[in-house]
Amino acid sequence: MSFLPTHEQTLLRDQVQALCEEQVPPETLRELITANAPWQPELWRAMGELGLLGAAIPEACGGVGLTPKELAIINQELGRAVAPVPFLSSICMAAEAIRLAGTAEQQARWLPDLATGKRVATFAWAEPFTTLLERPLATTIEGGRIGGAKTPVPDAGIADLCVVLADRGGEDCLAVVELDQDAVQRKPLHGFDELRQHGVIDFRQARCEVLEAASGCALTAALFDEFATLLAFEQVGGAEAALFMARDYSLERYIFGRQLGSYQAVKHKLADVLTALELARANALHAADSLAKGGLDRRAAAAAARIGATEAYETAARENLQVHGGIGFTWEANCHFHYRRARLLALSLGSVEVWADLLIDALAASPPLAA
Amino acid sequence: MSDPAADEDYRQVVRAWLVENAAEYAEPREFPETELVARSKAWIRRKHDAGYSAIAEPVAAGGGGGTPRQAAIFDREEGGYHTPTFTGVGIGFAMAMAAIKRHGTAQQYERFGTLTHRGDITWCQLFSEPAAGSDLAGLRTRAVKDGENWVVNGQKVWSSWAHHADWGILIARTDPTVPKHKGLTFFVVDMNSPGVEVRPIRQITGKSDFNETFLTDVVIPDANRIGAEGEGWACCMTVLATERGRTRSARSGSDRSGSVRSLVHQAAATPRQGGSALDSRAVRAKLARWYAREQGLKNFGKRLDEQARSGGGFPPTVALVKLVSANLLQETHAFLMDLDEYAGAFSSDEVDREEVFYQYLWSSAMRIAGGADEVLRNQLAERVLGMPGEMRADKGVPFNELPY
Repeated sequence: MSFLPTHEQTLLRDQVQALCEEQVPPETLRELITANAPWQPELWRAMGELGLLGAAIPEACGGVGLTPKELAIINQELGRAVAPVPFLSSICMAAEAIRLAGTAEQQARWLPDLATGKRVATFAWAEPFTTLLERPLATTIEGGRIGGAKTPVPDAGIADLCVVLADRGGEDCLAVVELDQDAVQRKPLHGFDELRQHGVIDFRQARCEVLEAASGCALTAALFDEFATLLAFEQVGGAEAALFMARDYSLERYIFGRQLGSYQAVKHKLADVLTALELARANALHAADSLAKGGLDRRAAAAAARIGATEAYETAARENLQVHGGIGFTWEANCHFHYRRARLLALSLGSVEVWADLLIDALAASPPLAA
Repeated sequence: MSDPAADEDYRQVVRAWLVENAAEYAEPREFPETELVARSKAWIRRKHDAGYSAIAEPVAAGGGGGTPRQAAIFDREEGGYHTPTFTGVGIGFAMAMAAIKRHGTAQQYERFGTLTHRGDITWCQLFSEPAAGSDLAGLRTRAVKDGENWVVNGQKVWSSWAHHADWGILIARTDPTVPKHKGLTFFVVDMNSPGVEVRPIRQITGKSDFNETFLTDVVIPDANRIGAEGEGWACCMTVLATERGRTRSARSGSDRSGSVRSLVHQAAATPRQGGSALDSRAVRAKLARWYAREQGLKNFGKRLDEQARSGGGFPPTVALVKLVSANLLQETHAFLMDLDEYAGAFSSDEVDREEVFYQYLWSSAMRIAGGADEVLRNQLAERVLGMPGEMRADKGVPFNELPY
């Protein structure tokens, strides 16, 4: 196991970083919000052409056949740029769910179009007024039909497919639903991070196809641990961007005859953000390495990554705006992108409180002095 | 270049030697201070005679004339035993030797290296003063040239185990008319010299691990000056960098990953109104956050070690390790007392809480020693984030013109 990136991983990171800088600079983000555009399709197309969308999709299904670690690297860079593309929902979540729970035939059917970016998928787990853990699920499957409402669903408005977490005979299972059918109704939600729009999806006995290779709570646990890990990288990327935005501003801005960043109150604030960031990064890398392990180790590593990364990004985003002072509250400054995104990601896959429960239960269930 | 077969041969020889020579230390044992010091020295001597003391150092300096790889293999094998090593051994082997080797003459290194690596002498560090801790360069101990000697007057504090040390590494001011970092010079001093008085400091724990050392007209021959006059600050930096690296490797050696996990189990075993303390959302939130930090430290440490191994030593982010661990120690030990509510502040016939009390008290020192929280935050901001250094009132001002 290595905590340092390989040469290939460094190249991958640089490639995605350059692509985002070119395609979605802050000015573009502002234009997209003003136009109420839910995403940036040009960036998505470019990512498909470069093989970035298919990074972890098997070669037999049109992908590159790499590992979730490469997804993590890509997602970290997208997080840094607050890139308005459905990478988390379509690739990290939906495609990974199909890869882990679908039969070979099902993978071959759905994954190639996700790898090229021709179609967009999303993953729907949340139901009204529930947490990540509550069961039974109100969305149910019977006889190849799915009924119930999922909300909030990320990128619901632009998705062609949805992988739905639903109840079948008292057990968690996943089903793929084509969203372009009359029995599916979608309604946009108004959120405060307009660069990642969400919606309600109402399934009224819609046709669905259950992913048959795996099901049950073991599958759900494996998926959520992987999602939490990949999401942690997105948060780490965002936290790093916010930290250095604050640092740069503190060096440019003079106040009372000296650089803002020369004040100890500012230095210590950013040192604390840096500390949270470095611990979060280390935890995220460890979680990525633990995905293959399974069991309580994987759960504890994923939870530590989720909790650490959420704290790091929220702190970084808030203190970045604070360091900018009044300018940080303006539309033209870039602080608000992270300020919004950090809050959204903190809630996107179970809050810190929920993951604290998962973590503490895992620790309580394992021996007191495990090696 | 690594040669696995040669490594393995060496390991087998070392193992056999340890079986023969370290059997009495197979299990942990407690010794009274004086005996611990005597046993530490005897153990070094025994290693020295077999070529296992300071393995990677030259034979002329009392070392084993081997390779760093062999030293690492020996250390790992010796780690399987509980051989006696009091703090003064580390101060000598790592810190004093680093300064003498780098800044002293070849003769000085051979002389003191031999005495140290043979177990004849142990060392203490005479750096901090009552009014010079984080601002070490503001120290006031004076060394005045008198022919071929220096005459030293002043007071040093926080010298660990100085009452058992034979020699000390000392930094003193030799020129008060230049800015403070420039007027310092580094010496080694025989702790048995007339005028050296070591008094224990009673700490808040009730123990006395540290001393204050009074130096009154102590005569140091110029031959025991290390480096040039005015080179003292550079010598100090060498010592402190060595100390920081040692703290880091000591931490990676001991796996404390079980500690928040064990708090979870203690909370689960603490009854609360029909359930346990682990039912509390507040308790769960705290424990989860601490676990993320503890694991973050562990995982970050592995990253640092990898970076250090791939060349260039520890990056400046290493400063966050102690910043986080000391605060975590303080918070978790307060929590251990909280778990038992009012009773948590007392030992009773049923529950001995002395270790928790001790660790809670000790954590306050951890936040100060070896770089206070505030200093570490400055370091992270300046060396990692590239933010400006502190505005200094003493910059460029001769030491004897500074207010105090």
